Amino acid sequence: MNNKVPNNRAWLLVLPMLLLVAFSAIIPLMTVVNYSVQDVLGPNASFFTGTEWFKSMLNDDALQAAFLRQISFSLIILAIQIPLGIGIALIMPKRGWQASAVLILITLPLLIPWNVVGSIWQIFTRGDIGLMGWGLRELGVEYNITRNAGDAWVTIILMDVWHWTPLVAMLCYSGLRSIPEAYYQAARIDRASKWAVFRYIQLPKLTNVLVIAVLLRFMHSFMIYAEPFVLTGGGPGSATTFLSQSLTTMAVGQQDLGPSAAFSLIYFLVILLVSWVFYTTIMNMQKDKSPHGGA
Amino acid sequence: MSYQLENTQRGEKYNSIFSKVSPAKRRNRTARAHWRSRILLGLYLALMILPIYWLINMSLQTNSEILGSMTLWPQNLTFDNYIGIFTNSSWYMGYVNSMLYVAMNMLITICVALPAAYAFSRYTFIGDKHLFFWLLTNLMAPPAVFLLPYFQLYYSVGLFDTHIAVALAHCLFNIPLAIWILEGFMSSVPKEIDETAYIDGYSFPRFFVKIFIPMIRSGIGVTLFFLFMFSWVELLLARTLTATDAQPIGMIMTRTSTASGIDWGTLAAAGVLTIIPGILVVYFVRNHIAKGFALGRT
Repeated sequence: MNNKVPNNRAWLLVLPMLLLVAFSAIIPLMTVVNYSVQDVLGPNASFFTGTEWFKSMLNDDALQAAFLRQISFSLIILAIQIPLGIGIALIMPKRGWQASAVLILITLPLLIPWNVVGSIWQIFTRGDIGLMGWGLRELGVEYNITRNAGDAWVTIILMDVWHWTPLVAMLCYSGLRSIPEAYYQAARIDRASKWAVFRYIQLPKLTNVLVIAVLLRFMHSFMIYAEPFVLTGGGPGSATTFLSQSLTTMAVGQQDLGPSAAFSLIYFLVILLVSWVFYTTIMNMQKDKSPHGGA
Repeated sequence: MSYQLENTQRGEKYNSIFSKVSPAKRRNRTARAHWRSRILLGLYLALMILPIYWLINMSLQTNSEILGSMTLWPQNLTFDNYIGIFTNSSWYMGYVNSMLYVAMNMLITICVALPAAYAFSRYTFIGDKHLFFWLLTNLMAPPAVFLLPYFQLYYSVGLFDTHIAVALAHCLFNIPLAIWILEGFMSSVPKEIDETAYIDGYSFPRFFVKIFIPMIRSGIGVTLFFLFMFSWVELLLARTLTATDAQPIGMIMTRTSTASGIDWGTLAAAGVLTIIPGILVVYFVRNHIAKGFALGRT
């Protein structure tokens, strides 16, 4: 719908929202920027440092390692969750009481507080009291998330897949529901195979929701904090310490205002940049495919 | 010419393949595919429920049973863990606090997001695209970035450790999200409806409340669902902005680990109780979420 009316009085409608978001976004962000270029020694003793903190943060080995871990984590969970989510959406019942029941069950993990998700998996994977940890031990598998970095990684990925695949599945499910029945009838008349139906009818209709799904999943996985914090505490060693946890330790634990502010800004900019690049690439790809601006 | 010929030949080949399969057999095949997908779905749901089942299972056991032996279901069913939570005000107030700030956040957000989303979906104005993009960037801001400034900001205005502080802090990501979702729903309402209403003599506020809001009811329902979801599950900001009076349940749960070990039964029971509000909310919006999850953008 592109028949919007130019009207600058619309600012009045936006104003209350703007004031609120400005209060909770601009003022704090300015504080961060302010700290990032200063060395705060005391209430009235601070001096300008310029880009020094930014340089030291970018060259910090621990942070670089955390950044690499973060990137690999996000890529792994996207590679698992997107196909799995599409698959689940395809086999979900479309109508009747079963559809409602499955919907409620599938959405369940999304509504559990993140730290409780961590607790659930901590309990579930413990060797002494958890079903999974105990079961694997009985099967003779060496499984210990507090000692074995590989196990910790597998568990965190499993937890995130458990937690967030429902979001992808629900997005795809609602995308599939918007396909008119006539499309399927036409496909049946053409005797299209299941794969052809998926490739040429369902997948194109899912593009929009998949863009949303990948963006949301990337953003949230890049900010993950509570779940690994409760499950592994970032350990063993720093094997599962992701960026948010490094930042929180630095800002709240050690009270290093300058460095953590510089780190915050870099962190924020990276997320913005990746999201922007992803979004514009997808939009350009769609424009190339449909010159009339469909989709 | 040759191309056409090839095509007809191929068509005949396909027809001959299909004619070998009788209609009954084909129906049989679809029925089998149907059952196969049901079994796969059942398997996924079972695996998904398992960790939650384990939490419920543990919440109904005493600590000695949890630690003493591996039992797949409670041998001596006990509700002591739940009773302990419901009779101790320092425990159940955690739930009240969480509910309070979530409700406040939903109310504030929807009140400011509705007119703003309407403006974005109906009008162009100076800076509208930049404003919208800036809003979305807030959705991408890691809460960890805002920890310290929030603490200082709310402390300096005297809102530290109040419910409203957490509610306002969660507006950071909830307002952009709400506007994004609502804008999608509003844009799918034809503009002619607005124009007709104005011709009929409706003023903007009256039109908005009497006609427009009822038209996007399901969109608002879905938006509220998302607002609830993201405010209810967030802990990092809520934990930082509260100390005692407005502490969320997620923070109180950490109390179960003491010097003498972890009180697993109570931890599990508290965890189960945090899942229940979510189930209720999904139940209420179950008929709308299928449509609304695409955020009005299919």
